[in-house]
Amino acid sequence: MSVKLSVSALAIAAVSATAAAARDNVQIAGSSTVLPYASIVAEAFGENTDFPTPVVESGGSSSGLKRFCEGVGENTIDIANSSRPIREAEVAACAENGVTDIIEVRIGYDGIVFASQQSGPAFDAFVPSDIYNAIGAKVMKDGELVDNDYQNWAEFNADLPDAEIAMFIPGTKHGTREVFEEQVLLVGCEATGAMEAMISGGMSEDDAEDACLDVRQDGKSVDIDGDYTETLARIDANTNGIGVFGLAFYENNQDKLKVATMSGVEPTTETIASGEYPVSRPLFFYVKKAHIGVIPGLKDYAQFFISDDLAGPNGPLSNYGLVSDPELAKTQQMVADEKVMGADM
Amino acid sequence: MTDASMDSAPVKGRLTTVDARTRKRNAAEKRFKAYGLVAILIGLFFLVVLAVSILRSGLPAFTQAEVQVEFTLTQEEFDAAESQMLKTRAYEDLFIAALQGQLEERGLEVAFDPAAIERLLGKTGGTIREFFLENPDRIGTPVTFDLAASSRVDGYFKGRVTRDTVVDSRFLMVSDLDLVDALADAGIITSSFNWNFITGSDSGVDNPGGAGIGVSVIGSFFMMLVVLALSLPIGVAASIYLEEFAPQNWFTDLIEVNISNLAAVPSIVFGILGLAVFIQFMHLPQSAPLVGGLVLTLMTLPTIIISTRASLKSVPPSIREAALGVGASKMQTVFHHVLPLAAPGILTGTIIGLAQALGETAPLLLIGMVGFIARAYPEGVVSGFIDPNSAMPAQIYTWAARADAGFYEKAWGGIIILLIFLLTMNIIAIILRRRFERRW
Repeated sequence: MSVKLSVSALAIAAVSATAAAARDNVQIAGSSTVLPYASIVAEAFGENTDFPTPVVESGGSSSGLKRFCEGVGENTIDIANSSRPIREAEVAACAENGVTDIIEVRIGYDGIVFASQQSGPAFDAFVPSDIYNAIGAKVMKDGELVDNDYQNWAEFNADLPDAEIAMFIPGTKHGTREVFEEQVLLVGCEATGAMEAMISGGMSEDDAEDACLDVRQDGKSVDIDGDYTETLARIDANTNGIGVFGLAFYENNQDKLKVATMSGVEPTTETIASGEYPVSRPLFFYVKKAHIGVIPGLKDYAQFFISDDLAGPNGPLSNYGLVSDPELAKTQQMVADEKVMGADM
Repeated sequence: MTDASMDSAPVKGRLTTVDARTRKRNAAEKRFKAYGLVAILIGLFFLVVLAVSILRSGLPAFTQAEVQVEFTLTQEEFDAAESQMLKTRAYEDLFIAALQGQLEERGLEVAFDPAAIERLLGKTGGTIREFFLENPDRIGTPVTFDLAASSRVDGYFKGRVTRDTVVDSRFLMVSDLDLVDALADAGIITSSFNWNFITGSDSGVDNPGGAGIGVSVIGSFFMMLVVLALSLPIGVAASIYLEEFAPQNWFTDLIEVNISNLAAVPSIVFGILGLAVFIQFMHLPQSAPLVGGLVLTLMTLPTIIISTRASLKSVPPSIREAALGVGASKMQTVFHHVLPLAAPGILTGTIIGLAQALGETAPLLLIGMVGFIARAYPEGVVSGFIDPNSAMPAQIYTWAARADAGFYEKAWGGIIILLIFLLTMNIIAIILRRRFERRW
C-alpha cells in the first residue's frame, strides 16, 4: 500500500511540475534520411536564434507521421520529417485525431545510389532492368516468366561483371524502399517484359504491379532495416555486395564505396537536380499549423530550414548532399503564408 | 569412499605405489584442470581483444586537430554579421578571410584559396559567435582561437585519412593535404587533447569536430538520480515485507514468481510501457530524463528486489531469534539487526542494477531520448529532470549511425567513457562488499 501511495504521489508531483513549465522547444520526429539535414538545421537554428535547439528524433517516415497524427497538444510532435509524400490514409488518420491543418514543406531532393566495395568489381553499366533481373521474384528467361534463379550478374547482362548477386536493399519501413520499388523495380519489370507477361498470364494490371515489387526470398537480396551504416558494414564484408544508399551517405564515404551508374549517368547533385539521374525523390517535412503560435519558434524553424542560406544551392544542406529544390522560392512563400495542404495554391 | 566399500574391497598392493586406476583418476583430474584453464584463457582472450579494439578505435576521439589563429573582430564586422540571418556563416567567412591574410603574410609556398581554407576548417562560426556574445568587450582586440579542423583533416592527423585513400571531393581535395602539411609545419594546425569531447554537446552531422558527450553524461546522471531515489526505497521496502513479514501463501508465491519473471522481461518492453503510461497517459514531457529514469526504475526494481531478498536471507536466523529473545519487536529486529547486516549486499545489488540501467538504450528509443537532442547544459535541477536530454548509450548509438567517419570514432570514444563509469560503479560495489561484509 505504501509503495502504491508513493508512486502515485510522485506521479502527481511530476505532472504538476510539467504543467507549470510549458514546452518551449520544437519537437520533431520521422525519416532517418531527413534526420541529418534536420540536425544541421537544428544546430544552426540554436546557434543563430534565441530559441532553444529543436529536438529531432528518427525512426522512419511512417512512424514519424503516425506520431504526428496522434493529435494536437504539447505532448505530440510539431513536425514530421518524411522521405515520401504523406498518404491519403495518413491524412485521414490525422483528421480523425483533430490534426486537420497540415503544411507540407518540400526541402529538396535526395538521390538514391547503388554502390559497392571500393576494391570489388566495377558495376558501371546498370539499367533498372538489371536490378529487376537480379532480385525480382519472377523474371523473364527465354521468353518465359519463371521464378528467379539467376546467381550471377553476367548471366543476364554480359556487360556486367562476372560476380555473384548480393544486394542489400532498404527494408519496408523505410521511405527509401518505396522510391526503390517505383523507380527501379517497377521500371525494370516493365522494361524486361515481365509485367506484360504477367498481365497476359491473367493478372489484372494492379496485381501485376504488386507482383513486380515482390523480391526474391532466397537470400540474394537482403532487407536492411537499420540505417546506411549497417548497409555499409554488409558491403565491407562482401566483395560482390551492392547496397542502396542516399547520395549524402555515399559522398561521405567515397573512400570506401564505389558508385554504380544508372542508365549511364553518375549520380551527383547536378545530375539529380537536372533530372538526368533517374532515381531520386523529394524530401519533406510536415508542420502542424495548430502548433504555430503555441510552440515558440516553430514557424521560425520552418522558415529557417528552407531559407536560401540553408537549403539553397550553396548552403550547408547542399554541401552535405541535399539536392536543392529549384522551386524553393515558392515553398518559402507558402510557409510564410502558412498555406495548408488541400488549400488552393 | 565409505567404510562399507573399504571392507568389501580390500586394498591390493601398497598405498604409495600408483596403480592403474589411480593413474586414471589423476589423469582425469589433470584433464579437468586443463579444460578449466583453457576456458579461462578463451575468456581472457576475448576480453583482451575487446579492450584493445575499443581502445584502438576510441582513443583517437580524445585528440582533435585544431587550427590556431589570432583573430580581431571589429565592431562594424560584428554588427554586419549580427544583422544576417545565418550569422554563424558570416563569422566563418570573416575567420577564413583573417586566416588567409595571415597565411599570405607568412608567405607560404603552397598555393591556396579561400575554398581550400574552408575545407580545412570545421564549423567555426558557432564558437566564434558565442565567444563574442559573451565577451562583447573583446570586440576590436586580438583574440586567439583554437578551432576544430574539418573531419577529414583531423582524420589525416590520426591516420584515418591518408593520401592514398582520400578521394577528391568537396569535403577535401588531395592537393589540400600539401597545405595541411605546410600549416602543421608552421604550427598553425596542431593536434591537442579534445576537452570538448568530454564537456561538449551533440553537434550537427556536418560538424563532427564539435561533438561531445558531456551533456548526455548529465542526462544519464539525472536519470540515475531518479532510478536511485525510486528503486532503492521501493525495492528495499518490498523485499523486507516479502522476506520478513509476509505470510507464506499462494498470493505471495505469485508475487515472487512475477518478480522473477519481470527481471527477465526485455528492456524494450519497459520503453513501450513508458511511452503509453508516462507520456501518452500522464502527459509527462517527451525526451526528458525524468521519464527515462521512471522507465529504467521499472527495469531495475526486480534486480534490486531479488538481490535485497538474497542478502536478507543470508543473515542467519540466530540473529533474529536472539533479538526477539531479548524482547525486541519484529520491526526492531529487522531495522536494528537484520537490515544493517544485509546493507552491504543491498548496496552492491543496487549499484549493479544502476550500472545495468546506465548502459541501457532500448527503452530510451521509444520515449524520445535517441536522436539529435540536446545542445546545452540544463539550467538547474528542475530543468535537468524535465528538459530534453539524451543519455550516454543513446548518444553513442546516434553517433554510430552517422555517415561521417569522425562520428564513428566518437562513438568508440563514448564507449570508453561509459566503460569508465561502469567500472567505477563496479569497483565501488566491490569495495563496499569487502569492507562491510560479515561472514558466519
